Amino acid sequence: MDRAKTLFVALTFAALALYPLFAGSFGIDLVTKTMIYAIFALSLELLVGGTGLVCFGHAAFFGIGAYALVLLSASTGSGALVWLLPSCIVAAAAYALFVGSLSLRTQGVYFIMVTLAFAQMAYYVAHDTPVGGGTDGIYLTVTPILAGLDLSRSPTLYGFTLLCLAAAFGALALLLRSRFGRALAGIRINEQRMRAAGFSTYAYKLAAFVISGALAGLAGALFALKDGVVNPELIGWHLSGAVLIMVILGGIGHLRGALIGAFAFALLQELFQSEAIFGALAKHWHLGLGLAIIASVALLPRGIVGIPAQVRQRLLGFKATPRAEISDAVA
Amino acid sequence: MQSPDVLLRGRDISRRWGGLVAVDRVSLELRRNSVHALIGTNGAGKSTLIDILSGETAPSAGSVELLGDDVTRWSQPRRARRGLGRSYQRNTIFPGLTVLENCRLAAQARAQRPWSWWNAASACAASLDAAHRAAARTGLDALLAEDAGLLSHGQKRQLEIAMCLATGPAVLLLDEPLAGMGAEEAERMLALLDELKRGHAILLVEHDMDAVFRVADCVTVMVDGAVIASGTPQLIRASAAVRAAYLGDVH
Repeated sequence: MDRAKTLFVALTFAALALYPLFAGSFGIDLVTKTMIYAIFALSLELLVGGTGLVCFGHAAFFGIGAYALVLLSASTGSGALVWLLPSCIVAAAAYALFVGSLSLRTQGVYFIMVTLAFAQMAYYVAHDTPVGGGTDGIYLTVTPILAGLDLSRSPTLYGFTLLCLAAAFGALALLLRSRFGRALAGIRINEQRMRAAGFSTYAYKLAAFVISGALAGLAGALFALKDGVVNPELIGWHLSGAVLIMVILGGIGHLRGALIGAFAFALLQELFQSEAIFGALAKHWHLGLGLAIIASVALLPRGIVGIPAQVRQRLLGFKATPRAEISDAVA
Repeated sequence: MQSPDVLLRGRDISRRWGGLVAVDRVSLELRRNSVHALIGTNGAGKSTLIDILSGETAPSAGSVELLGDDVTRWSQPRRARRGLGRSYQRNTIFPGLTVLENCRLAAQARAQRPWSWWNAASACAASLDAAHRAAARTGLDALLAEDAGLLSHGQKRQLEIAMCLATGPAVLLLDEPLAGMGAEEAERMLALLDELKRGHAILLVEHDMDAVFRVADCVTVMVDGAVIASGTPQLIRASAAVRAAYLGDVH
C-alpha cells in the first residue's frame, strides 16, 4: 500500500523529468504552469488537509510572491534570483504572519471569510493603487539569472520548477510525518483535546499558516518568471477558489492529491477550452469545467486519490473498513 | 500551613455569566493519593468548575494554584504541561488514528520539539514509551492497532483516561468517566481509579452515587454553583442538608 504510493510519486516525477525530451514548447509551457500550480496546491493542502484550516484567500500569498519578484527586480535592476526568490518567499510569509495572526482567532466559516477578506484587501492594493500598475499589471524587465542559468528560457525554467516541486513535496512529506505534522493532524481532528494535552494550538496553526504562505509565495514568484508579467488576477478570489478546487479534486488529506488535482484541473481546463472538441462552446469553458467539478465532487467524495479505495470497496461489497491512519502514511 | 500534598488548590472561585452565577465562591483542595469526588445536580456548576481549574474558562474571581504555582492566568496548554490532565464528559479522542497513535500524540505534548522535521514522530521513543505504558495501565494493550473511532463506548472512555495519563500528569480532573458504561466496564474503571490514586490527586465528577462512595476519600457537594457540604463520604451520607438538597431529589 505505502509502497504503491511511493512508486506512484517516483514515477510521476520521473515522467515529469523526461517530458521535455518529447514535448514541444507549448507542452513545456503548459506543464511548467501546472507544476507551479501544483506547488501552490501543495501549500494549501498543508492547511486544508494537514491542519483542517480552509483558507479561501490563498491567492494573496501567491500574488504577493509574484508582485514581489517584479517590483524588487525593477527597483534594484537586478535579476539575481539567489536573493530575489528568498525575498519573495519572505514577503509572502510576512503577509501570512499578519493574516494568520488575526484570522486564526476565528473558526470555521468565519475563518474562510476573514482569509478571503484579507486577500481581497491585497487585491485592491494591486488593482487600485499606483504600486501595482493597476489592471494592466507590470512587466518583468530584467533577465532572471540563477547560478549562471537564464531562467527566462522555458526549458531551464521547466527544470527549475520541477526541482522546486520535488523539494516542496519532499519537505512537506517529511514535515507531515514529524512531530510537528502529527500535532497538526491532532489539531485537525480534535483541537480541544490537543490543548488539554498541553499543545499551544494557536502557535502551531500560525506556524503552519506561515509555512504555507511562504510556499505559495515561491509558487507565485515562479509564475511571474514564467509569464514575465503580473496582474491583479494573481491575487483575486478566482485563483483562491481554483487552488481550493485542485486540492478537493485530487483528494484532501494527501500530498499526492494536491499534485494530481493540479494536473487534473489543468487537463480539464485545456479540454473544455479546446475548440476542436467543443467548437463554439469552448468560449464558455467555465461552464464545462464547473459541471465537471460538480460531477467529480458528487461521484468521487474522496477525490481522485480515493478512486482505488472506492473501486476496491465496490468489488468487495462495501465490507472493507477504512484503515486507521498510521503515522507514516501521509505521502 | 502549606501542605506539600495539596497538588491543586482552588480559592474562592466564582464565575458569572451575565446575571447567572454558575460557580459561587468555591474552594477546594486536591491531595496526592486521594480521590476527591464532586457531586451535584445537573447545572450545579461542576463542569464549569472543572473548566476553570483546567484553564478552559477564566474565573470571574478567585485563584487556582497548581503544584505550588499560581496558575490563574496560565493558559490551558501551559497548565497541562505543568502536570494537569483532564478528561471530558463526552469522548474527545482522535477517531481515524490508531489507539497507540492517540496515546502517543497526547504523550508528545511532553516532548513537542516541533522543529525536528527530519525525525518521524513514529520514531519518538519518549512519547511511544509513555503511550505504551498508558495503554497497558488502562487495559488497552490488545487494541493498540485499532482505529480509535471503531472502539466500543466503554473502550473509548478507557482511551480517554489513557490519553490523559500519557501526558504524565500529577493531577487528574475526570468528568464523568463512568458515563454510559456497562456494569462490568464500570467495575474495571473503578478498579483503575483506585489504582491511579497512588501518586495522583484526582478530582472525580460522577453521578453514580454508589461509585462515588466506594472510591472517594473526600466528597464535595455543589448546589446552584455553591458548595453546601464537603467532607468524608460518611459525613456527606449523614448530612441532612445534602439529603434535602440533593440525594433526596434524585432517587
